[in-house]
Amino acid sequence: MTHIPIDHRDVPAVPHADKITVRELDFFYGDFQALAGITVGIQERGVTAFIGPSGCGKSTFLRCFNRMNDLIPGTKVGGTILIDDEDIYASGIDPVDLRRRVGMIFQQPNPFPMSIYDNVAFGPRLHGMTRKSDLDEIVQRSMERANLWKEVKDILPRGGLTLSGGQQQRLCIARVLAVEPDIMLMDEPCSAIDPTSVQKIEDLMAELKDRITIIIVTHNMQQAARVSDETAFFLQERTGEPAELVEFGRTAEIFTSPKDRRTEDYITGRFG
Amino acid sequence: MADQPITTGAPAEKKSTLKLMSKATYAKEAALRSVFLVCATVAVAGVALIFVFVGVRGWPIIQDPGLGAFLFGKVWSSSAGEFGILPLVTGTFAITIGSLVLGAPLAVGTAVFLSEIASPKVRSIVRPAVELLAGVPSVVYGFFGLIILRPIIADITGGLGFGPLTASIVLAVMIVPTIATLTEDALGSVVPGIREASYAMGATTWQTIHKVLLPAASVGIIDAVILGMGRAVGETMAVVMLAGNAPQFFKGPGEPISTLTSQIVIDMSYASGTHRTALFAMAVILFLISMGLVALVRLISSRKETR
Repeated sequence: MTHIPIDHRDVPAVPHADKITVRELDFFYGDFQALAGITVGIQERGVTAFIGPSGCGKSTFLRCFNRMNDLIPGTKVGGTILIDDEDIYASGIDPVDLRRRVGMIFQQPNPFPMSIYDNVAFGPRLHGMTRKSDLDEIVQRSMERANLWKEVKDILPRGGLTLSGGQQQRLCIARVLAVEPDIMLMDEPCSAIDPTSVQKIEDLMAELKDRITIIIVTHNMQQAARVSDETAFFLQERTGEPAELVEFGRTAEIFTSPKDRRTEDYITGRFG
Repeated sequence: MADQPITTGAPAEKKSTLKLMSKATYAKEAALRSVFLVCATVAVAGVALIFVFVGVRGWPIIQDPGLGAFLFGKVWSSSAGEFGILPLVTGTFAITIGSLVLGAPLAVGTAVFLSEIASPKVRSIVRPAVELLAGVPSVVYGFFGLIILRPIIADITGGLGFGPLTASIVLAVMIVPTIATLTEDALGSVVPGIREASYAMGATTWQTIHKVLLPAASVGIIDAVILGMGRAVGETMAVVMLAGNAPQFFKGPGEPISTLTSQIVIDMSYASGTHRTALFAMAVILFLISMGLVALVRLISSRKETR
């Protein structure tokens, strides 16, 4: 796979290469179709937010990008998802390898019940890194990027679960950064932590998006407006029917002049 | 136990819309409390009575032949009047350790398979089968070992095939359900998020199991193995049928030995005098071993909570 790194930071964001291209994606849990005909392009570097009412399939969609849905028996995917122009659902693609490139942060901070150091060293060790000095370096660098290093550098042998909720979430981010993914999926990363920590994680996203493509699912529309460059609005119109992508565009436009009335209704709080 | 109904706040003389607890309700509550107290007491009293009875009957062992001669005596021979239990204690541990070495990995592997690998359909067949192992009477295990296993072991080790190896293999199968069920519980109670996190980090199923799940469940697994050990120490019937029942020190996997439990069963019908006292004292030793194991489980579990 070749991909030419282009620096988008100084370029006006609209015409850009898509990091992820989704075409006509359908998703099934057994007989129930959860997503229908979703087509969207996710820009490289930058933050894309998925918003929509509960149960509208945002998280399901997010989990298609690292094939986490594969772990649920009876699920089925139709259509294509290209990452760097490679079909991630093509036969022969190893989901394990894919997940090393596409990191994920969950709603509930989920550090492993091991030391802070071992949590961050987990990924590199999986990849076969064994030298202490290499590990030390990558652990420190990842924690610095996650803005956690200063707080924990003296307590690295302590259990990851002894940290506060917000610190645990940044530990999980550091754990993902240690394997240097180019995409990071965040599934409501701030809904289980305190407001001060939310601020820290939003600041962190702003720093990381220079180098990483971030997709965030959020229930909090202010958060979507604050952190994202582009926004996708999903809606399941009736129970039992699949959810669809209603509108997708620049965040500023979605929140100020939505084209679809349903988007406007949602954003102004009329339902959801 | 609180005998009084719990009442707080002002007495209900003022006009209150809240009803007072009726006498009938109060009586019913009090009666229920007593019933459950009695249930709990019976269990505790049962254990205490057995311990006291066995203890009193075994107590004279400290005068004749004396505690040292009893615990560390190297010869158990009722005809010679020598009642040293060291060969029996070592026999018990030889068979127990043998069964754990063979059975614990088998059981943990079974639990991992059930909890992490098997499809729901396969699980619905394998799990009841494992649980059924716990319901097979031990005499049936013993019989199976006697007829099927013993001749094979006899071919391998020479001799008649009675001994610690045969007994350990059969005991290993017997402790599988105990350890497997508890280990599966331990794996099931691992916070689900960390399993997901591990897969999301690009770990394979095997890496997730041995790098994340087994360490996270380790305390529960150790508890499971200790309880399996308790089962192995106490097992009698299958051991009587397979160990050979010669109260001698371990000489080899195919050489007959005896254990505390099997010696009690064999001797109790005719023992008298000091011999009988020695059997009761052996029961006390077995009691202390189980109490020790339970205490160990408690200690490990409580340390997990404070970690």
